[in-house]
Amino acid sequence: MTPVLEIKNLQVTYYTDAGRARALDGVSLSLLPGEKLGLVGESGSGKSTMALAMMRMIKPPGRIEGGSVIVDGTDLTQLTDEQMLKARLSKIAYIPQGAMNSLNPVLRIGAQMTDAIRAHDPKASKAQVEERCLASLESVDLKRDVFKMYAHELSGGMKQRVCIAIGILLQPKVIIADEPTSALDVVTQRQVMETIDRVQKQIGAAVILIGHDMGLMAQFVDKVAVMYTGRIMELSTVREMFTDPKHPYAQALIKSLPNLENKGVFQGIPGLAPALLRLPGGCSFHPRCIQVMDHCKTQRPRDSTLAGGRTVECHLYSEKA
Amino acid sequence: MTIQVIVRRLLFLITVVWSASTITFFIPRISAKNPVRERFAALSRSGGFAPADMEKIIAAYNTKFGLDKPVLEQYVDYIASIARFDLGVSFNLYPKTVIELITESLPWTFTLLLVTTILSFILGNLLGAVAAWPRAPQWLRAIATPFILLQGVPPAIMAILLLFFIAFRLKLAPLGSAYSTGVIPDWSSPAFIWDVVHHQLLPALALLLGSIGGWVLSMRGMGITIQGEDYVNFAEHKGLSGPVIFKDYYLRNALLPQVTGLALALGTVVTNGVIIENIFGLPGLGRVLGAAIGSNDFLVIYGVVLFITIAVATLMVFVEFLYPLLDPRVRNE
Repeated sequence: MTPVLEIKNLQVTYYTDAGRARALDGVSLSLLPGEKLGLVGESGSGKSTMALAMMRMIKPPGRIEGGSVIVDGTDLTQLTDEQMLKARLSKIAYIPQGAMNSLNPVLRIGAQMTDAIRAHDPKASKAQVEERCLASLESVDLKRDVFKMYAHELSGGMKQRVCIAIGILLQPKVIIADEPTSALDVVTQRQVMETIDRVQKQIGAAVILIGHDMGLMAQFVDKVAVMYTGRIMELSTVREMFTDPKHPYAQALIKSLPNLENKGVFQGIPGLAPALLRLPGGCSFHPRCIQVMDHCKTQRPRDSTLAGGRTVECHLYSEKA
Repeated sequence: MTIQVIVRRLLFLITVVWSASTITFFIPRISAKNPVRERFAALSRSGGFAPADMEKIIAAYNTKFGLDKPVLEQYVDYIASIARFDLGVSFNLYPKTVIELITESLPWTFTLLLVTTILSFILGNLLGAVAAWPRAPQWLRAIATPFILLQGVPPAIMAILLLFFIAFRLKLAPLGSAYSTGVIPDWSSPAFIWDVVHHQLLPALALLLGSIGGWVLSMRGMGITIQGEDYVNFAEHKGLSGPVIFKDYYLRNALLPQVTGLALALGTVVTNGVIIENIFGLPGLGRVLGAAIGSNDFLVIYGVVLFITIAVATLMVFVEFLYPLLDPRVRNE
């Protein structure tokens, strides 16, 4: 199978008054159709920047400096602005983080779905458009009445499902869900995740799920990518990540999770994530790494591919490679 | 909109009218000047009146206008006559009634203020919205700035500056009055109508220049808040084009508080209108009010102020009824 999404060496920089901040520093990954990837990392590690870069929604003072985002054979970074407008939602869709406020309070839900279809397919008849919207609402378990309602008449979970319904309107190849369950209670979280899971299977789209919630990731995704300072430190299948993490940062992350064997004894990661303006030399994780070696401080490690196609960016493994 | 809400608003309207009429009744009386005496004092200065006769005449007029009664009794009479829509007669232009004065001058004021207020609201809000919209061209965004600066100039000063430079020095506009002197008003003649419009341009400009900046400023502030909203972002993620996002997602939401602002601004609009009419010599309500204040013409002051109060309060209630049409969230109040 050919990958439906290929990100190659994607770089994003924010030009601030205090200097250049490399928010995304050469990220590469690829996804097969129907594959689900979890993107985890601390705040400021570049998860959301990556989502925005894939949608080409990085705003000044930020800029995509290099690399490519190939969706279904088309390199999004090479499209004109006009073409990119058409690509959004039809090739690559984004389900927003703040579903509570992601719907326009003065327009009916129907109008907000209709304008999305109209933007991509101006010639579709009114009845056709409405039928597509209703079908989309039904596929996320919402009643057809929602079409005529306003955002303030819906609950948080319903709003999030409306956002999902909008996201799948045009059957995109790739869906990015940016913390789609933040601010929802756990029961609703599960319902929303199941909805995403089901519609994703229906339309066969690849999904990138961004979030902090490792438990949610474990239940939902196939692969996990751990991000740190704008780089992917480790990319493994979800089983390998949870049972046998390779990168010291990933290991520390997994150790910090509660589990049944060692109740009440969690291990934090010492220190704080560094500011992007003043990244440490060499491997950016070395000041917090418990297995740090001398050359970690000067040389940046390269991606090493281990058994099973997992990649790790760490000197511990590059020697063996 | 339930019946209850409508009734509540109408009760509010009646309360406002009553308070306003009470205040306008008592304020001129605090000054302790008798309008009849003032009038005769002015006349006697030009000679020809015997002091003894004058006292008799003044007393007679005081009786006629009810000014010799105790204040509270006058107040009751006054409120009762208001309830009958009888605003009395002018002392100064006797026997012209106040209602006549108002109906004659109202069309001038109403047209000028309505046109300038609506124009200022539309232009100011569009300029403000564009000024806050990062994707608008730089030159378009810059247009807003001079209006913000002009906002600081009081309307009276603005009017005088315009009169001096545009009308007096450059002779591009007439120096005042509603139409050219010597012309007989004939509303069926296009030439006369053009003459009137020509005379209204400068007052309208003065009102516009003084008020657009306020809308620009508040709309720009609102716009900056709205464009950071998640729904504007999500609209972009949906692949909507710039104009659609601007109109349906950004402008429509940013306008909501501005409509409330419009209701609040109506009072200022009338105040500025009064000043402008007096400076440009337009025969509107403001001019009538100005003349009445100058000659202590009580009943005219009452009548005009009362009328303005009712008009502004009614418009405010109207805007309030309009608001639910724009914002679905307040519909189920």
